[in-house]
Amino acid sequence: MTPHFGLPEFGFLLRGLQWTMLLTLVAFVGGCTAGLAVALLRTCGHRGVEWITRIYIGLFQGTPLLLQLFVVYYGLALTGLKLDAFVAVAIGFTVNASAFLGEIWRGAIQAVPRGQTEAAMALGLHYSSRMRDIVLPQAIRISLPATIGYLVQLIKGTSLAAIVGFIELARAGQIVSNQTFQPLLVFGVVGAMYFILCWPLSWWGSRMEARLALASQR
Amino acid sequence: MGYTLDFSVVWHAMPALLWGCVGTLALALAGMTLAMMIGVAGVAARDSKAAWMRALVIGFVEIVRNTPFLVQIFFLFFALPLIGLKLNPTATAIIALGVNGGAYAIEIIRGGVQSIHKGQVEAGYALGLHKGQVFRFIVLKPALRAIYPSLTGQFIMLTLTSSICSAVSAYELTSVAQRIESDTFRSFEVYFFVTFLYLAISWLLMLGFAVVSHRFFSYPTR
Repeated sequence: MTPHFGLPEFGFLLRGLQWTMLLTLVAFVGGCTAGLAVALLRTCGHRGVEWITRIYIGLFQGTPLLLQLFVVYYGLALTGLKLDAFVAVAIGFTVNASAFLGEIWRGAIQAVPRGQTEAAMALGLHYSSRMRDIVLPQAIRISLPATIGYLVQLIKGTSLAAIVGFIELARAGQIVSNQTFQPLLVFGVVGAMYFILCWPLSWWGSRMEARLALASQR
Repeated sequence: MGYTLDFSVVWHAMPALLWGCVGTLALALAGMTLAMMIGVAGVAARDSKAAWMRALVIGFVEIVRNTPFLVQIFFLFFALPLIGLKLNPTATAIIALGVNGGAYAIEIIRGGVQSIHKGQVEAGYALGLHKGQVFRFIVLKPALRAIYPSLTGQFIMLTLTSSICSAVSAYELTSVAQRIESDTFRSFEVYFFVTFLYLAISWLLMLGFAVVSHRFFSYPTR
């Protein structure tokens, strides 16, 4: 007797959705923190440091997210630490986010007109004040659409945790699909859940992009 | 405790891995070809006079861009047989990559078409160029030049995304790696090495695209 797709199955998917959101949140917060460091190192003016961070970013941009997850997942297992699957995949997504957000913010920092930095230097502001009070507030504004775009990528990317066995929304969908033999309905619902999560963000991001483009025309 | 890394398994599996690279490139190429066809058709339909057609294209683009590829490929894996397409996993993967890439291609190509100002075409006719010349020199080449970077970037993205096709066991690098891993239990070594194979693939693609761009799309300097 196979169960049909009913309320209990829907509830199971909703719990998967919760894990997807939690995983996204953890990776995004962690990635923002580490990504800021990457962006600052990437623009620090020291040749060697800039070169190393450039390679770091290139490694993540040039390889599949799935393989990055595998390497982090099995690499952490080798260290002998008994880590929860959630912690392992969260670390994987965090390092990925640090590289991508680092690159986005690198571009934003460099897009702030050079005169702003020069004026701050002329006023005698030191590096931390120059960044915190002058450059970063403007850079954040410029980078917002791309940052939101990456957040959508991240939400979609967390579905790959399913392949290493962590039960989030996509994996929950696979399990329910195998139980009920209604793959189209189940993956349709799963897709709709991702869509409800991602689409408002995409819409917000593109609207902000349009407004920023208008503002820069003036 | 005390795990010693052993990369000899990778060395022994090298021929299989290199064939996996070929599989990945073939899969990506086939997927991108389909994506371009969907892209061109989609752009034509996106600016059609029929409102339902425009809505269809917009809906398609939004749905594909706001759901994970993994869910899309699972859905197609079960949906295609229902419409009478009983395909092997690799063919299913090509369709999934094509559909996914097609949505992005629509946006990219549309941007390229819109970048050609109408006055340029009129100026071409005013200079006495005939229709074919106007299309080739004033519409096609500048449009391609405008979208070339995004399109090649998209191709590399698609190549990296194709690793997810291992979830339906299509023939490509990651599924080859998974098979070697389950034979040898050397998960870390295999995946670590394969990650660098992907890096090499994306570097080679980037290099190749840069050469093509320099050869065909650089502005005449004289």
